[in-house]
Amino acid sequence: MKSQFNQLLVIQFKEFFREPGALFWSFIFPILISLALGFAFTDKPVVFQRAAVVLPNNADSIIIKPFLEKKCTQSISPMLTYQLTIDNQHLGKTTTQFIPCTWKESEIKMKRGEISIILTEEKGKVQFHFDPANSGSRLAYISISSLLDGKSLVSDQSEIKPLESKGTRYIDFLIPGLLTMGIMSSCLWGISYGLIEKRSKKLLRRMVATPMKKSFFMMTMFTSRYVFTILETIVLLIFAKIVFGVSVQGSWLAFAAIIISGSFFFMGLSILLASRTANPQVGNGFISAITMPMMLLSGIFFSYSNFPDFVVPIIRYLPLTLFTDSLRSIINEGSGIMDVLVPLSILSITGLITFTAGLKIYKWY
Amino acid sequence: MTYSQTQPIVQAVNIHKSFKEVKALNGVDLEIMPSEFTALLGPNGAGKTTLVEIIEGIQFPDTGEIKLFGKHWKGNKDELHHQIGISLQETRFEDKLTTRETLKMFASFYGLNNTRVDEILSIVNLQEKQRSYVVNLSGGQRQKLALGISLIHNPKLLILDEPTTGLDPTARREIWDILHSLQETHGTSMILTTHYMEEAENLCKNIVIIDKGKVLAKGTLEELISASKTSEIIQFKVLNKSLFPDFTNYSDVKQIEKDEISGLVTMQVSNTSDFLPELIGKINLAGCGIAELRCRYVTLDDLFIQMTGRKLTDA
Repeated sequence: MKSQFNQLLVIQFKEFFREPGALFWSFIFPILISLALGFAFTDKPVVFQRAAVVLPNNADSIIIKPFLEKKCTQSISPMLTYQLTIDNQHLGKTTTQFIPCTWKESEIKMKRGEISIILTEEKGKVQFHFDPANSGSRLAYISISSLLDGKSLVSDQSEIKPLESKGTRYIDFLIPGLLTMGIMSSCLWGISYGLIEKRSKKLLRRMVATPMKKSFFMMTMFTSRYVFTILETIVLLIFAKIVFGVSVQGSWLAFAAIIISGSFFFMGLSILLASRTANPQVGNGFISAITMPMMLLSGIFFSYSNFPDFVVPIIRYLPLTLFTDSLRSIINEGSGIMDVLVPLSILSITGLITFTAGLKIYKWY
Repeated sequence: MTYSQTQPIVQAVNIHKSFKEVKALNGVDLEIMPSEFTALLGPNGAGKTTLVEIIEGIQFPDTGEIKLFGKHWKGNKDELHHQIGISLQETRFEDKLTTRETLKMFASFYGLNNTRVDEILSIVNLQEKQRSYVVNLSGGQRQKLALGISLIHNPKLLILDEPTTGLDPTARREIWDILHSLQETHGTSMILTTHYMEEAENLCKNIVIIDKGKVLAKGTLEELISASKTSEIIQFKVLNKSLFPDFTNYSDVKQIEKDEISGLVTMQVSNTSDFLPELIGKINLAGCGIAELRCRYVTLDDLFIQMTGRKLTDA
């Protein structure tokens, strides 16, 4: 019996570590994402905006034309443009490019998204043409109108103090999300898809036509998946610590408990999903239909508070949101086990329900 | 387990099984005695796989009774799993496990060790491929692996569902050799489903012809042929079909079939040597001319056509 359990467990590990795709998505992909997004949002961004300038009769312009000629640098290749760059120590560079053209050309550029705003001038008044619903255009309006008024983009009366303490940076926000997203994907694809594929290959049918203990098969699948999620977590945490200085500020017990309960929830869901699905194509659709919305809504990459107010309470209770918010509060806010008791209980109980239901209706062939 | 050699090891009585509107099995009776090799012969969709899956305990009949070694599946699952070895149709094992690892995993289900794995590798002649991933094995080698797995616990009854379908003649012959040697050395019983008549003839003493969920005939090849009251076939092509004489009133001719397009005539006769001179004489007299004359014994395919009007290889 012991040998049967060991054999099944060893087989699970061999299958995982011999599959380059599984290794890439589990270990390399989260690191690449954190590298790309971490650095993208750590460097001071360069803001670049383009404005079309429509002056049918240059002689009539008493505000825009002098501004372009005196304050901006002129470039004639590949076409005539004027450019103004404001460099701030904390904000980074803000570059505005002005493109003289006809009204018709400016409309085409706007439709193509090449410019954010169109400037015209009539009787000594500058007119701004843009879509107020477009936040980029609104920012362009605010900054260009200030520049034309001769004001500085940064107030002399105030000072910018960038937050650099632990837990307040974008990378601190991102890493817990990448961890939970990785665990969700690993469980759903690893267990659900794996089981569905084994069923479609008639391998499960062949295995249960032997004295194999079905409970051993499930237990080894769960045990191995726990080991993989722990390894994935450790690898990403070490990487985030070394490269970005991200560290767990809260209780390690709470950290372990939420990782275990979150993984358990997604393992239970995986069993339920795989319980009746006959072929990998259908399974693929099911898994994507569950993971994609949660990845977009649960605040993995950006806060879900930007969604309309009426959906935020629903998003808050999505399993991935509960998991991510709890982990984020442990890593960034220093939360302990009592602070995450509610989400921890919800994930564990719903995990147990889906797991039990899944096993109850499970079809081995 | 003590079990009498005179009692059937498989007893299926009046088995009925339907899938929605399709009647897969319609009152099948079957008995297999110890050390017998039995072929379930029939075209695709005949109900062979459903019948073996019911014998294997993978499916259960709607009505009817199935017993293996005198026991029902219910309540005796573990014991019966140790008695039978099975090879399902088209099982695909894990791609990234080696031949040895796959065998080792199945051996562990029966509490067996590496020694048995080595023995099986030798029986199915896969020693050289023991470290190859399953994904890199040929179709024949995969089928030998499936056979090895079914043999791993030295079962008393082997149930193989189309073990050579899709294999080239050499690989098929290799599987047959393994099965022949198994019968000689271990006295294993076997149920084999196939739609290849030569496989049934070559491997099995007993043949059960099955079609549309019903057993059409069963017995040894000799019994089946003698029951059909035909044993010999004369075939030839008629060059001038309009001049071909009438043979319907000849007592030697049991059945006559004419293919109007190719001109091929197939005659089932009781004695070729008696009838052939008379046939040639009459054809010469009629002046229709013949070509490609062949005389042979009746085959399972002929019997199947006689019973159903279709060929075994028809879908």
